[in-house]
Amino acid sequence: MTAVDSTPFPSARSAPPTRRRPVIANWARLMRRRPEWTITPALVVLMIAAWAFVTHVFNVPEFVLPRPEAVWSALVEGLSHGPTDAGGYWYHAGITIYESLAGLVLGSVFGGLIGFGLGSSQLLERTFYPFIIAFQALPKVALAPLLVIWFGLGFDGKIYITAIITFFPVLVSAIAGSHAVDPERLDLARSCNARPSQILRKIVIPSALPFLFAGLNVASALAVLGAIVGEFVGARAGLGMLLIQYDQAMQIAPLFAILVLLGVIGFAINYAVRVAERKYCFWAQRGRHAMAASH
Amino acid sequence: MLDVEVPASSARAIDARQPIISARQVTQIYKGGSAGAVTALSNVGFDIEQGELISLVGPSGCGKSTLLRILAGLNRPTAGTVELHGRPRLEPGPETAVVFQQPILLPWRTILENVLLPIEFRELALPAYRTRAVELLASVGLDGFENRYPHELSGGMQQRAAIARALIQDPEILLMDEPFGALDAMTREQMNLDVLRIWRESRKTIIFVTHSISEAVFLSQRVFVMSPRPGRLTEILDIDLPFPRSLDVINTDAFGRYTARIRGLLQAIGDVSS
Repeated sequence: MTAVDSTPFPSARSAPPTRRRPVIANWARLMRRRPEWTITPALVVLMIAAWAFVTHVFNVPEFVLPRPEAVWSALVEGLSHGPTDAGGYWYHAGITIYESLAGLVLGSVFGGLIGFGLGSSQLLERTFYPFIIAFQALPKVALAPLLVIWFGLGFDGKIYITAIITFFPVLVSAIAGSHAVDPERLDLARSCNARPSQILRKIVIPSALPFLFAGLNVASALAVLGAIVGEFVGARAGLGMLLIQYDQAMQIAPLFAILVLLGVIGFAINYAVRVAERKYCFWAQRGRHAMAASH
Repeated sequence: MLDVEVPASSARAIDARQPIISARQVTQIYKGGSAGAVTALSNVGFDIEQGELISLVGPSGCGKSTLLRILAGLNRPTAGTVELHGRPRLEPGPETAVVFQQPILLPWRTILENVLLPIEFRELALPAYRTRAVELLASVGLDGFENRYPHELSGGMQQRAAIARALIQDPEILLMDEPFGALDAMTREQMNLDVLRIWRESRKTIIFVTHSISEAVFLSQRVFVMSPRPGRLTEILDIDLPFPRSLDVINTDAFGRYTARIRGLLQAIGDVSS
């Protein structure tokens, strides 16, 4: 260290002979700092290349694994239709997104309200917790056929199944969050004569937000699942219905195109939740990584 | 009905002599789990006059924080009574405000919003108190930090904000529960001077819990020495050092005699700490 420091202009002397070194060093630094913008896209390109290589060289049948370019052209064709055209993807994607988001909102609002309600009362929580555990053990997708019978082939059944699936992670995280409130904060509030409703609004709910967002993260990933399962069972529209149709027609390239779309939709919904988390839980970011690691 | 006959003047005379706080045979027993019941406080009694600055000193576990919680109305004593102005204290009220061991600032609120939290809880007119909050923050050396978040402040600054949050409630009695225990020695001395200044300017009654003997002597008019297991009030010591006090007083012989006296009392109890 001291030897380097003692040379008056180390960069001026070493720079000319190794002009390309800094560029490589910069890339290495960028990759280390932002792997999600550098290494991740590179891996995606690599995987698509491997996919193309395998399908071309080994001549894999179209119905087993279509070539990437076939999936790409199916995707482009499907997206070239207008959003009101039931022959294109936009129309069906819009319906699936609507069902997912409406279900997610419904499920998380109820999950949050009931969670904080149960979390604030020992009596209520101990009374209802057995129901929650029993219901959570039930695979919620098994309710999809029933809900389609009750609510028909329209949106409603899909929204309700999505709401049921997203309800539980939010409920459980709201209960856990309301128990995790620092008792000192409650002492502070009590010493100022805060009423229980004020304590809930100004102390408990904000304190529980990091927990709530952990639940919302899980719920947002499950939202598309609920809508798709509902559409599988019976629907007139939606990406889930398209999947079934393409499957039965053995049109595997467009089926892959739908899978790509579903991936993008799921990613976008989850991203929106993360953006909201960054906005409302900015103060908890420092402890977040430790929390995530413990899960 | 006979009370009506009492002349107003004599009633006022009684009022003037009445202590602001009087505790009688206060006992607190915590029903522990496996360890069984723990007696945190046993038969503690005292009177405190309006405007006094009192320290409670004793080793950890002597129940001094428990006593403060009872005065704050956060704990209900198992037996005995605490009265404020002759009325029993059963729950928290606007007469007292607490500065806790930790600053307990809410991390999602700015410093100003944290100071205004008690005003929101008490549903007082926020705009009127906003100016007052800014003044209070300036008076504890936090001008310009109103819109910062707690994590941007040092531990000492956070505790200053907590003091401002207590003062905005304009309590008659300020209860401070080892507020500077987590701070370094130099910050702590500065904070002690601030407490003396706040006391001098506001003439509030201040009850200060600490396990530091010199902090207790430096701050107080009277020091309540407490002993552990079960927590008892061993001795009440008058500190006859002139006010206003500066840090120089720590080097005087009188100061040394007081600290030696308290250390001796604590050692006699059998618990040698600090």
